[in-house]
Amino acid sequence: MTIVAAAAIAANRFGLGARPGDLAAIGEDPRGWLRAQLAGGAPLLAAAVLPSTQQILSGAEPIVRERTQARQAGQTSADPAAALSLAMRLPQYLRPIYVNDVQARLRSALRTDRPFAERVVHFWSNHFAVSVDKFALLGIAGSFEREAIRPHVMGSFRDMLLAVETHPAMLLYLDNQQSVGPDSMLAQRAARRGRTLGLNENLAREILELHTLGVDGGYTQADVTGFAKVLTGWSIGGGQGQFANGMTGTFQFRPLVHEPGAQTVVRKHYAEADQAQATAVLRDLAVAPATARHIASKLACHFIADDPPAAAIEHIARAFEGSGGYLPAVYAALIDSPQAWSGATVKYKTPQDYLFSLARGLTLPPESEPRILAAFELLGQRQFAPGSPAGWPDRASDWDGASALMKRIELSDAVAQKLADQRDAMQLAPELLGGALTAATRESVARAASPAQALTLLLTAPEFLRR
Amino acid sequence: MSSIRKPAAESAPHMASQRGLHRRRFLQLGLAAGGAVLGARYAFAAPGATDARFVFIILRGALDGLSAVPPVGDPDYARLREQLAIGVPGTADGALALNAQFGLHPGLPFVHEAFTAREALVFHALATPYRERSHFDGQDVLESGLSRPHATPIGWLNRAVAALPAGAAHGAQLGVALGQNVPLVLRGPAPIASWSPSKLPAIDDDTLQRIADRYVNDPLLSQRLADALATDRVAAEATASSAASAPMTAGESGVMRASTIPAAGAAPTAGMPAQAPGRYLEVVSAAAGFLKREDGPAVAVFDTTGWDTHFNEGGAQGQLRQRLGALDAALRIFKETLGDTWSRTVVLVATEFGRTAAANGTRGTDHGTGAAALLLGGAINGGRVVVDWPGLSARALYQGRDLRATMDLRSVIKSVLRDHLRISARTLDAQVFPDGGIPYAADLIRS
Repeated sequence: MTIVAAAAIAANRFGLGARPGDLAAIGEDPRGWLRAQLAGGAPLLAAAVLPSTQQILSGAEPIVRERTQARQAGQTSADPAAALSLAMRLPQYLRPIYVNDVQARLRSALRTDRPFAERVVHFWSNHFAVSVDKFALLGIAGSFEREAIRPHVMGSFRDMLLAVETHPAMLLYLDNQQSVGPDSMLAQRAARRGRTLGLNENLAREILELHTLGVDGGYTQADVTGFAKVLTGWSIGGGQGQFANGMTGTFQFRPLVHEPGAQTVVRKHYAEADQAQATAVLRDLAVAPATARHIASKLACHFIADDPPAAAIEHIARAFEGSGGYLPAVYAALIDSPQAWSGATVKYKTPQDYLFSLARGLTLPPESEPRILAAFELLGQRQFAPGSPAGWPDRASDWDGASALMKRIELSDAVAQKLADQRDAMQLAPELLGGALTAATRESVARAASPAQALTLLLTAPEFLRR
Repeated sequence: MSSIRKPAAESAPHMASQRGLHRRRFLQLGLAAGGAVLGARYAFAAPGATDARFVFIILRGALDGLSAVPPVGDPDYARLREQLAIGVPGTADGALALNAQFGLHPGLPFVHEAFTAREALVFHALATPYRERSHFDGQDVLESGLSRPHATPIGWLNRAVAALPAGAAHGAQLGVALGQNVPLVLRGPAPIASWSPSKLPAIDDDTLQRIADRYVNDPLLSQRLADALATDRVAAEATASSAASAPMTAGESGVMRASTIPAAGAAPTAGMPAQAPGRYLEVVSAAAGFLKREDGPAVAVFDTTGWDTHFNEGGAQGQLRQRLGALDAALRIFKETLGDTWSRTVVLVATEFGRTAAANGTRGTDHGTGAAALLLGGAINGGRVVVDWPGLSARALYQGRDLRATMDLRSVIKSVLRDHLRISARTLDAQVFPDGGIPYAADLIRS
């Protein structure tokens, strides 16, 4: 592997795509360039103006309350126009918050000098996926990433796990605020009035299957049910009705809802009382060998290959176990994996990879942000909107459809038509692709009939569609 | 911005035919190596390759079969389902009657009409061989057709397509995925098209030709580009004709959508209820447009999400009703747009597994086992509920919580592939569903 190709791998596979000048700056020590990004603390968003989850949900509360009161008073049926405008107020309030958050995320991806740190933010945000497909998440998917993911990507997996599972966004996304211990005080009270309340096992199952042990991690349905009982009471403050308590939009443990007594989860007995019980389970899950392997497999799939070699997974998993899940040590093992440096371009870019690398490579100006965000939607990867709690898939076969390719081609062409008089594809090609640039692409760009066509050919080149 | 592949009723036909010519001309260039590659597949299939049509609608997230096809005659049903229970036929918002034991959710009037017209079969208490409760592994098994998750990257429908008499011989695309990407069930060596509406301007032929030339040594990209061009041309023609004729009534303000099809518009519409009936109409019409062509694909797959109803599922009204209503409306539009081709069509509607027999503690249901499935189409020998009903008593439930599965979904699929697509039992048993001991279900297809 030539040094130049290694620089391109660092910038494009580990980072978010080279900008002009980046490869020269990376120079002869691409591993050192990546390692340096592990220092410097948590990659927080610079924009301090973005509201917290607590502020966002507090702002939504009066709107929801007003709507509920209007419904109860029968006003909504009397005046459909007023009802509609009332119903629109919540989306009208939440949508600008979503847009501000995805714009801040985009800006950070385009301008950061620690693109590897930014990519791991995206990795973890997708590992712990929440989705604005569920309306309740519209305002807070962005604040979830800012509050539960970013502060911890350079810390321990355990701290991230605890931050994620106590965050209102995850509790809402996987329905835990609704789950009630079948023998809790609340359930007993309801039973006396002839109402049944009980468990919702959604969060417990996805923590085991997706967030920690992995689907083959050795748990059973009984573990899911037991863990769901342990998690009862993990809820969100505020709300309406007789059980409203705690600060709106923050984690709130509700003892009334918690299933009393000890539970068994994955062969271990948890006798802790109240909130401490689920914390204890999460602390154990965070350092379980199955979790180490699960995380290592996903990282290897993201950075090395769709079907990564077992040795690379093993190497990363050992670093996870050996460090107790200290993430910079895990990333360092990844950087040290020789397999991560093989082949110039081995991973087919997701739409997000593609758009970030395109926007960085062309140094698109701030005024093009709305169009870039629209492009995410056109290419099928709307920000913060994966189709399921498993997050966006990470393999070529999930993204390499014919129609998807045609959209990338059409989009490249549209971008090229706009920028052809300001960007020179011949100059850009080595700046963006370095040692990964093939003679075939150089030739095709050089022989293009127009500057716009040259740019299109660069942006649709096989080595630009992959990383 | 050109709307060349956007079949808006007022402008599309003219533009689309221009685009069609545009692309056709390009495809006939065939001069450079790339052009030759492209020229090799200018259409889906050889005319007359097969006239049977099969559509698989995947409901991702685990449809609640006990709500979609409520066993209203089961003595334990109402008790287990509490507020989620659908009332008996004849009551307000009650089930649509199928027989003494079963009904259909009131949000499925078209399916009920088809059942009454003997063009629909309803299956219950069936499942794939998967017995755990992970969506993602469950969907993998549903689509791979094997008994364990992640056993193969090739889907059963791709294996079936490869076995179609006219398939491999012509190198033609006999399958199409309605979405940007191809779901596992259709992935594999047999060439598969994918299609989704585009809002982007078309690109000129010369640039496309050069891109094709550049891809000539990249098997994946050259294949995908060739597939896209072939599909595009057909889509332009198909949507141009069907947009003019299709009914503009896309039904309820349902939320069903193809998971990979982006929403329209220039700005992110995240979290807005997916109510755009035009976009929905576009996909269903396009699917019908492809299938009704003489040289059209034999199979199509349409992906839907949003069936994971853990919370506030609703009964006769509510969240699930919205989704079922949208599915039902889509099926109706699909049939109407297909016209005569409906008589040669079978639509399978299936999901990865069922949901818990009892309502959970949050007016929803959790992941379960036994599920419901539908077969619809003019080729169906319909009007029956096909089930070996295990009951919902505490003793009958699987692991004390789920509807027990008494039938392998693959029995239904195998029978359709054999009797409708005319794939030999030998091929089906050896290549498509190689796990032994899966019996064929009888008399699903009109003889």
